[in-house]
Amino acid sequence: MEKKERIGVYVCHCGTNIAGVVNVGEVSTWAAENLKEQGVVISRDYKFMCSSLGQELIQKDIKEHGLTRVVVAACSPHLHEQTFRNACKGADLNPYLCELVSIREQSSWVHTDKVAATEKSKALIAGGVARVVHHEPLEPLRVPIHPATLVVGGGIAGIQAALEIANAGYPVYLVEREPSIGGHMAQFDKTFPTLDCSACILTPKMVEAGSHPNITLLTYSEVEKVDGYVGNFVVTVRKRARSVNEELCTGCGICWEKCPKKVVDNVFEAGMGTRKAIYVPFPQAVPKYPVIDRENCTYYIKGTCKACEKFCPTNAIDFAQEDQILNIEVGNIILATGYELFDARRITQYGYGRLANVFTSLEFERLSNAAGPTGGNIVLRDGKTTPKVVGIVHCVGSRDKNYNEYCSAICCMQSLKFAHLVHERTGAEVYNFYIDIRTPAKGYEEFYHRLLEEGTHFIRGKVAEITDAVRLPGEEGKLIVQVEDTLTGNQLRVPVDMVILSAGLEPRRDAKEVAKKFGISCSADGWLIERHPKLDPVATVTEGIYIAGCVQGPKDIPASVAQGAAAAARILGKIQQKEIALEPVRASINQEQCSGCRICNNLCPFNAILFHEDRMVSEVNPALCQGCGTCVAACPAGAISGTGFSNEQILSQIEGLLLLNIPKKETVA
Amino acid sequence: MSKPKFAMYWAASCGGCEIAVLNIHEKILDVDANFEVVFWPVAMDAKYKDVEAMEDGAILLTLFNGGIRNDENEHMAKLLRKKSQILVAFGSCACEGCIPGLANFSPIQQVVDTAFGTISTDNPNNVRPQTSYEMPEGAIHIPTLLPVLKTLDQVVDVDYYMPGCPPESHQIAAVIDLVIQVLQGKAQLPPKGSVIGAGGSTVCDECPRKRNVKTIKEFGRIQLTEADPELCLLEQGIPCNGPATRSGCGAKCPSAGAQCIGCYGPAEGVVDYGARLIAAFGSVIDADKPEDIERILDGLVDPAGQFYRFNLAGSLLRAAKPAWKSGD
Repeated sequence: MEKKERIGVYVCHCGTNIAGVVNVGEVSTWAAENLKEQGVVISRDYKFMCSSLGQELIQKDIKEHGLTRVVVAACSPHLHEQTFRNACKGADLNPYLCELVSIREQSSWVHTDKVAATEKSKALIAGGVARVVHHEPLEPLRVPIHPATLVVGGGIAGIQAALEIANAGYPVYLVEREPSIGGHMAQFDKTFPTLDCSACILTPKMVEAGSHPNITLLTYSEVEKVDGYVGNFVVTVRKRARSVNEELCTGCGICWEKCPKKVVDNVFEAGMGTRKAIYVPFPQAVPKYPVIDRENCTYYIKGTCKACEKFCPTNAIDFAQEDQILNIEVGNIILATGYELFDARRITQYGYGRLANVFTSLEFERLSNAAGPTGGNIVLRDGKTTPKVVGIVHCVGSRDKNYNEYCSAICCMQSLKFAHLVHERTGAEVYNFYIDIRTPAKGYEEFYHRLLEEGTHFIRGKVAEITDAVRLPGEEGKLIVQVEDTLTGNQLRVPVDMVILSAGLEPRRDAKEVAKKFGISCSADGWLIERHPKLDPVATVTEGIYIAGCVQGPKDIPASVAQGAAAAARILGKIQQKEIALEPVRASINQEQCSGCRICNNLCPFNAILFHEDRMVSEVNPALCQGCGTCVAACPAGAISGTGFSNEQILSQIEGLLLLNIPKKETVA
Repeated sequence: MSKPKFAMYWAASCGGCEIAVLNIHEKILDVDANFEVVFWPVAMDAKYKDVEAMEDGAILLTLFNGGIRNDENEHMAKLLRKKSQILVAFGSCACEGCIPGLANFSPIQQVVDTAFGTISTDNPNNVRPQTSYEMPEGAIHIPTLLPVLKTLDQVVDVDYYMPGCPPESHQIAAVIDLVIQVLQGKAQLPPKGSVIGAGGSTVCDECPRKRNVKTIKEFGRIQLTEADPELCLLEQGIPCNGPATRSGCGAKCPSAGAQCIGCYGPAEGVVDYGARLIAAFGSVIDADKPEDIERILDGLVDPAGQFYRFNLAGSLLRAAKPAWKSGD
């Protein structure tokens, strides 16, 4: 006869979180009396099961009552599964023989009917008890960790992360799509609220990253493929041909000085300025080596010119250079690929792209930047006229159901900064058109007050239209901002010379592909999703993949830097452990039952399934598998099963939930 | 020594299973040589009362085909269970309900109305069958329909399952060989509850077509598609049930250019065949936008028939709610 399990049931009050709605005493007594058949030998309720006293209670029972299974009815497994598993482990019971039943998130928090919630809690526990019987002792998988880290994205978040890890003595590969690291921060003139010169605080970090012995800089490069798993990723990086031999180039700059081909720079200069066909994006670029933009280079188009080659003192120009494919082994990965600016053209009534003197925030950053195309002179599109009145529109593409519902977090402060700079440099009158002013971080509210004192106008209202259609005297030659001042209830037409659209932040266009490539997920908006929004903000559900900066959601520079450092700290902790224990909840394919239909092959978000052509069967790599269950559900042959989620476990749990095989008299009234 | 007794019975079925048994050709002589056939309505004359008169367990082996559609089927299932040592659910109907089980989507009254009252039925007086009728010679009775069709194991305990619509003759021959060998002490019976006369994997395992990673952009009907004869049909958008269907038939349909429709039932370990297939098909649909997904799914013109043609009665669902209710 089969050995009967000895099960202990523990019902948590969670203070009043559970006990306020569920009659925990009744539930506990019910389980003791009615689930005997299923193997319950003891059932208790306790105020806080997660407290050390609560855990000790379980451990004592395991020893004294010889429990072989534990069911804790408390909060969601997300919160305390680990706690109770560890408690079991402490009493020499395999941690995976513990089942957490959520009677808080799934019962007390979602119901007001106390009687029904109590009955439902009983059913949930009956399900847990029926399930736990079929649990098997599991051992975590241990894998070594490669000490190198890949950081994708060379903006401030990525640079910070790379430096933290490199300074701790571990190798870092920093991959950046553009020819230089620096990201958006390199484009800014000043940073709020301190008005530090952006370049002055960024470039030392760029230089440090560029020259750090532990950092391998791979600019003008992109990640093509990620194989492997935490501790042992193999990343394929395409290092695009710069057409410049980095070993020979000294970065002297003669080539771009001599290059006859001017190109509008839509990336770094946001279309406000030009660069050459061979170029570095900005003078402080790291690395210092230029790239040839083959789409615009006369030599690549017509086959002649070669001015750069002729003048290069070190013969560093290499027109025949080809893309290099590098395979890099790393243990962990940080994604810090940043954001894109909302395309203000989408809001046609604001006239961007149609009305010359409507600028985007990034354009204005370049306009006000001392190293920018106008040398920091804030002028109209004609390049010479100083505006007398400037309107700044907040929340462009943010907090708007038609575009993005979220708040882009940085636009209020950015707009205040713009107002200050306009005021300071041109003496122009400045109008801020805002919905709400949000200045929640250190020193931000003070900056807002400073602006109020500088005499900037603040009009609370969402701008309806920006037009050059004159209706009233005095509007000739002006841009008219049509807005309702919601504080006075008046419709206003404010004539201005220049409008700055404080465009919101959006996920990178290819965020979804990037997420897929790295085996993590995006929110509906396209921001990459962290493991826990509060308690695990830089990790993702895929072990070994971390996120930092705006790729996770709009944030300012301090927050991006903090996340970069946080992700680095998480990884350093892992590297120093030298190996990692992986959750043993894994899918496996029964090789007898698998017919190689290949339905599962493309489904795994972690690329853990491989197909053996020779034997015509698929197999799951247990180190790659994260136990998500996608393939288990999809396998039409039922050949894939997930540890901890066998048919037997799930069907038993359902039977338990339905209170089948349990005396009816005490159950649902 | 008298020979062990053999019986075969058909309940709600088409008769294909009986023909499949006869299709084993000269092997049928082995049956006769090794067994005394005591009850087989399609092949020989015997009365129910003869079976009723037997001692319990008198029959060694009963192959029971057909689902349980009416009270007569139910009575015979229970009777043969009592009289047989080994009861085999033979063929798709007995195992999982098969085509007659599709009636479980409708209340029984609607099933009867469809049979006797639609345009294809010549029934000018709109007569419905009565379960009893007074004749001058006395009352006569016909069986009463049950509200839903049940599989054999939903009515009585079943020892073995032999799937297929009908089971392939070579599989039947193999099973008969096995039983004879067991009788001669040369082999052992598989554990009770096993599926016999079939394989342990799926039709894909026996299918000669080439398979790649699957992404489906469109479902099409086989008669409207010019399918590549070498390539997996499902990959070509033809909804082939092979991936979820138990092996054993030799992948006859896909080898001949038609999609598997699933007559061998769920593969080992599959709890609900239709649900499995829906999950599998859904997983390989290549679309992001809801409207694209809708469009692709519209290509499956008869989802119930596609996913539950053979096993509605044996599925977790078993029947649609109105059908259950019609029994109240």
